[in-house]
Amino acid sequence: MCRLFAVTSEEALSPMVAIRALDVMKEGHDGSGVGIYMTDLGGDLEPFKGSPILSGIFTQEGIKKLDRYMMELGLLTKYKFSIRPNRKPPEGTPRRDVYLIRVYEHPYEWEGLSDTEIATRLMQIRVDLRKMGEEDQSMMVFSFWPDTIMIKEVGDPMAIAEYLGLDRKGLKARIIMAQGRQNTNYAITLYACHPFFIQGFATMTNGENTAFIPIREYLTSRGYPGYMGYQSDSEVFTHILHYDHNILGLGLEEYKHIITPLKDEELLRHPDGTFLKQLKHCCRFLTIDGPNCIIGCLPDRTLFMIHDSKKLRPGVVGGKPGMFAFSSEMCGLDKAIPSREKNYEFQPMKYDVAFVDAARMEVKRWNQWESLTHPH
Amino acid sequence: MESMGILNPSSLSIKDLHWRILWDKDKCTLCGKCTAVCPVRAIEPGVHRKRVLDVPVGLSVKPGNVYGVYHGINQVTDPSRACTGCGMCSYVCPNDAIIPVTNEEIDKLRFHVNQDGEPRRRGGRRNSSESLLDRIKFIRISMLTDPALDAGRHEFELRTLLGRILPPEDMIKAASEHAWIPPVREIYPLIIGGMSFGALSPNMWEGLQLGVAYLNEELGMPVRICTGEGGCPPRLLRSRFIKYVILQIASGYFGWDEILHALPDMKEDPCAIEIKYGQGAKPGDGGLLMWYKVNKLIAAIRGVPEGVSLPSPPTHQTKYSIEESVAKMIQSMYMAWGFRVPVYPKISATTTSLAVLNNLARNPYAAALAIDGEDGGTGAAYNVSMNHMGHPIASNIRDAYLNLVKIGKQNEIPLFAGGGVGKHGSLAANAAALIMLGASGIQTGKYIMQAAGGCVGSETDRCNICNIGLCPKGITSQDPRIYRRLDPEDVAQRVVDVFRSFDSELKKVLAPLGRSTSLPIGMSDAIGIDDRDVAKRLNITYVV
Repeated sequence: MCRLFAVTSEEALSPMVAIRALDVMKEGHDGSGVGIYMTDLGGDLEPFKGSPILSGIFTQEGIKKLDRYMMELGLLTKYKFSIRPNRKPPEGTPRRDVYLIRVYEHPYEWEGLSDTEIATRLMQIRVDLRKMGEEDQSMMVFSFWPDTIMIKEVGDPMAIAEYLGLDRKGLKARIIMAQGRQNTNYAITLYACHPFFIQGFATMTNGENTAFIPIREYLTSRGYPGYMGYQSDSEVFTHILHYDHNILGLGLEEYKHIITPLKDEELLRHPDGTFLKQLKHCCRFLTIDGPNCIIGCLPDRTLFMIHDSKKLRPGVVGGKPGMFAFSSEMCGLDKAIPSREKNYEFQPMKYDVAFVDAARMEVKRWNQWESLTHPH
Repeated sequence: MESMGILNPSSLSIKDLHWRILWDKDKCTLCGKCTAVCPVRAIEPGVHRKRVLDVPVGLSVKPGNVYGVYHGINQVTDPSRACTGCGMCSYVCPNDAIIPVTNEEIDKLRFHVNQDGEPRRRGGRRNSSESLLDRIKFIRISMLTDPALDAGRHEFELRTLLGRILPPEDMIKAASEHAWIPPVREIYPLIIGGMSFGALSPNMWEGLQLGVAYLNEELGMPVRICTGEGGCPPRLLRSRFIKYVILQIASGYFGWDEILHALPDMKEDPCAIEIKYGQGAKPGDGGLLMWYKVNKLIAAIRGVPEGVSLPSPPTHQTKYSIEESVAKMIQSMYMAWGFRVPVYPKISATTTSLAVLNNLARNPYAAALAIDGEDGGTGAAYNVSMNHMGHPIASNIRDAYLNLVKIGKQNEIPLFAGGGVGKHGSLAANAAALIMLGASGIQTGKYIMQAAGGCVGSETDRCNICNIGLCPKGITSQDPRIYRRLDPEDVAQRVVDVFRSFDSELKKVLAPLGRSTSLPIGMSDAIGIDDRDVAKRLNITYVV
């Protein structure tokens, strides 16, 4: 089973905090891959808050293609933070030319465009680059978004982190999500490696989503260009989160109600039962069937944890004001925040949403039986 | 036939029949029950001459013959009275002295069942034992990352939706504006398909309704039953139990006068209205209730004279085209119940299903589409329609679902599949397979007739006389002397048994696949078949 760890902290942290937490949870994953998502960046990338950062893995040829493509669009490189490993990769890890982390500047033609339009263009560029790269395996693109870095690779998390030098001084973020992959159901492809990302929404999951195929068919039939990929059954969780927020204009509470709706008879007793019943009906094809523990991050820097309605996967949230961590195992939390305050600790059950917002003062809880905060 | 033989082309011997009666003289008690019970008078008491060899002891008297008579049965070979194989003679025989068996070669009777130029009509189903649904296997067993679910202890939500479901964006907008939202019913995914009051005996109908009411009110299973085209008894229309009933309207509009008159007095809305455009057993043909069964009660409910055959026209004759028909009928039916009741069409499976579906997709009121495959049953139809007309359900429902996926409306118009579900007893497995191919729910009639009524019909052309009102079990008869054999409460008990066991079996299918939270509609990765062409056609996995 994959291991998950996420942290949100007032102080920008090195990704090694997450890597070390994964390392203590190692008996649960076989080191077949690691994925890291970083946002609310500190360190060297802090000054570039509004500029999109491209994260991915490129061959030399891929870099050339990228440069040609970006030049045509008028996107100029503003800052390079790429990693070019100059030693032998750990066993089982392929040799790559560049782990790209590159900050771009919007072309002047984009001035005056709405945020939505810019977001659409950024997503489309990521999707286009991904498709271009798939032709000759020259590019793998994980994200193209402001204040966001994603690194993914095959291999043991600690070995990869040492190989890539992730402890470098300038690489820091206030929110880090990391997954140590236990590859089971799909071939080792980096596009199947969590976390998944679309337009500021990121999630990672362990377990298995047995309703994957109908959900994938539903999402791809929405006609939204970003709903593609799906090398992993867990990618749909990210896209449903995006669909819930950006297409339907709903929030995290509704996300929980969409993926794990209450039963028909339960809804009869719910204060927002009428609306929730309608939501359940119209989003029937987005109901997940776990077991899953989902850890995700919203564009407003809220970090959250949700379980499927079977609650057959563990998960714990804990910490202290200023720093909270979400972990699939208690030992990961122990490692990351040994001095945490136990009264903040919470293990969400099947009806719960646990989240820590950008203020990072407490673990907030919300239960599906409660009224919606913004009822319709 | 007289001894010297008047031989005409339709003179048949017992060997020429499909069913032959085996009778054991030594076991027979001459009670006469078999000849009395035979619905088609295929056997009659007979007196037979016999020769017994008389061999006295000693040598003084030579051995000789003694001629005598014995009593027994004769099997009639007249095509109109040929044995149907129902086996009631065996059922009533106290000594197991009699049983019908099929002749070893294909019968000659089939060439003579068109006397006076009337093609054969019968009840039953397609006389073919093949079942593609039985060949579908559930192959995606969660073994690696899932703790297996426990079908007995885990919580399952086995529910489906019947009604037009708005796309999420429209639903949220309509909810915020308090606009009209199409009615949607949360129901159990197995529906008792349309079998009319008239096709079924009053006792059978009452039993089904009792069973459905019990399932809903005592067991909390929201099971629904469709009336078929024949109206609905007035008391049921005015009772609270009507909410468990889907009222069917078909091209003969039988019974709708009574239904419309009951409208002001109805305490509850019906579950839905099903507009029947076609039926899998006899596609392109209207309903048929033969005159034998149109007694006073049936005539009153249907609003017709007694003793006349009631063939519904093949089409809804007041409409010009299917588009118009669908649009106008659906909207008028919605209007009749104040837009509170879902209205959907039922069609026979056909290569033109997608055209109908695309029309429905554009009609904002269409609440679902029920598709009935070639293996559906019927109370009366032409033999040729039953055996040769129609489209298999599996590929039709798959095409329809994938078509909806293509246009992104797979959640908006639920598909209901019927026709041959549980043909060989595997009701839950067949239903699960159809759901994973894309059906939101299943309609079944024949299985219920067999399991809850005790129907003996089969694909070997057994019995199949539902059309003439002589059902030996009293399921499809309108003769009180026959249908009193069937106790409605026993039928109700069997209905409950069927649904409870179906529920357990469905969980036994879904739990190993890791599904419990929602019905696995379109979960095509879970199913496979050992035929490459079929797998390709259905877009599922080929397994050997």
